[in-house]
Amino acid sequence: MRVEALIKRRRNNLIFFAVLLAATLVSIIITEFEVTKAFTSIPRAIGWAVKSFYPNANSLEKIPKILVKLRETVLLSIASTTVAAIFAAFLALFGSKTTQINSFLAAVSRGIASIFRNIPVAAWALILLLSFGQSSLTGYFALFFATWGFLTRAFMETIDEVGSEGVEALKAVGASYFHIIFQAVIPSSLPQMISWVLFMVETNIRSSTLVGILTGTGIGFIFNLYYKSFQYNAASLVVVFIIISVLVIEYISNYVRRVIL
Amino acid sequence: MNVLEVKNLTKKYGTETLALSDLNFSVKEGEFVSVIGQSGAGKSTLLRCINRMIDATEGEVIFAGVNMCKLDKKALRKQRRKIGMIFQHYNLVNQLTVIENVLHGRLGYKSTLAGVVGSYTNEEKRQAFEIIDMLGLTEQVYKRCDQLSGGQKQRVGIARALIQNPKLLLCDEPIASLDPNASKVIMDHLRNISTKLGITCLVNLHQVDVALKYADRIIGINKGKIVYDGPPDLTAEQIHMIYGSQAGELIIDIGGRNES
Repeated sequence: MRVEALIKRRRNNLIFFAVLLAATLVSIIITEFEVTKAFTSIPRAIGWAVKSFYPNANSLEKIPKILVKLRETVLLSIASTTVAAIFAAFLALFGSKTTQINSFLAAVSRGIASIFRNIPVAAWALILLLSFGQSSLTGYFALFFATWGFLTRAFMETIDEVGSEGVEALKAVGASYFHIIFQAVIPSSLPQMISWVLFMVETNIRSSTLVGILTGTGIGFIFNLYYKSFQYNAASLVVVFIIISVLVIEYISNYVRRVIL
Repeated sequence: MNVLEVKNLTKKYGTETLALSDLNFSVKEGEFVSVIGQSGAGKSTLLRCINRMIDATEGEVIFAGVNMCKLDKKALRKQRRKIGMIFQHYNLVNQLTVIENVLHGRLGYKSTLAGVVGSYTNEEKRQAFEIIDMLGLTEQVYKRCDQLSGGQKQRVGIARALIQNPKLLLCDEPIASLDPNASKVIMDHLRNISTKLGITCLVNLHQVDVALKYADRIIGINKGKIVYDGPPDLTAEQIHMIYGSQAGELIIDIGGRNES
């Protein structure tokens, strides 16, 4: 019996890899992807980057301009994340199993959350471009909706994970719904929630670069501008600043997390 | 006088699973009753049907002269204030301090606003400190609950229940997650509460020897039915009947008690 089970598992593994290999080959053929050319062009790409994609003395003059745009992007992602967090907190209270008022409202809020979450930021930006045009408001709302969806889901799970025991105890004591929210749910899930908000600020700084390219605002716009006008040195400087700002935010949020958790 | 009367209590999950089937018993004031039985026999469900954390399918629970099953939300809240509950996993709000958790026991008496902002009267605070002192937690008063040991956490749980001024304590496996020393401390406190304060205790237990040692009366449950209800001097056969096992399958030491 045991030997048979082992043989069966091995056979399953073999089938799995065969299917994977077949899928890869089929996709290569369909897309006319040239494998050898792809790999030989990697050294060329690196060579190009070393030759032209680095900041030089001339591009340093652009720093003030870049910083203004960078500030816009960072503030935009912080603003959209924090406002989305407030809305997400309400929706999560309705949607969480522990704190839901009734199952209908819970289903509605979970539905809203999953729709917003599953539309990618770039798609939001393109949709909103139609109504708001190329302005930072478009970027703001694109980040806001996607963040709202994600944070609602994260908050719901946080409440269910850390809040349910305290909630049960307070129900047994005879506490009212609002007592339970303020005395058990918020104190026990707040640290985790703040941690999620910080995570989203980081993520949004990264995605707002892409959103900026689409909406013509912030650091994404300026990168796109330099890149398309062949000012590769300036464009590379923008990338450097994006990396630095993400690292700084990451460092700050790690520090805050250590203190509150 | 009977504090609690349970009549024809039945709980079904779905249409098939019968968690409790036609339970009948009453508990006198100040009595210390221990409920024993296998995991899944329905002990937790029984306790939670009494304060309606779970709604019974049929039957009545009369507590302090009031039928719990017929109450609306507001009246239920009022009635729950008189029933303290103690949990296996303590169910404290770990991010808050000991005193904050203890004062949570007063929330049933609070208006919405007072409870939300956590404003308590001086009398309530005084009483909280008194109870904390009685349970030997004075040094921990301002510590966050996630810094406490299991035994200390359970004592906070007991304090939270006591400050409700309850008539009845429902204890769901209060020592199942504790080491033997802490278990003894907790059981001694519960016994004291019953004897000295005259508060009725209904305690679910896994440890038969502990149940026999502390309780005035044992209720044995098997597959949702009461199979034993009487004094704590069970024979080995009766214990095996409660646990539905064959003689020799259980690790139980009741020798000392039965021989004496």
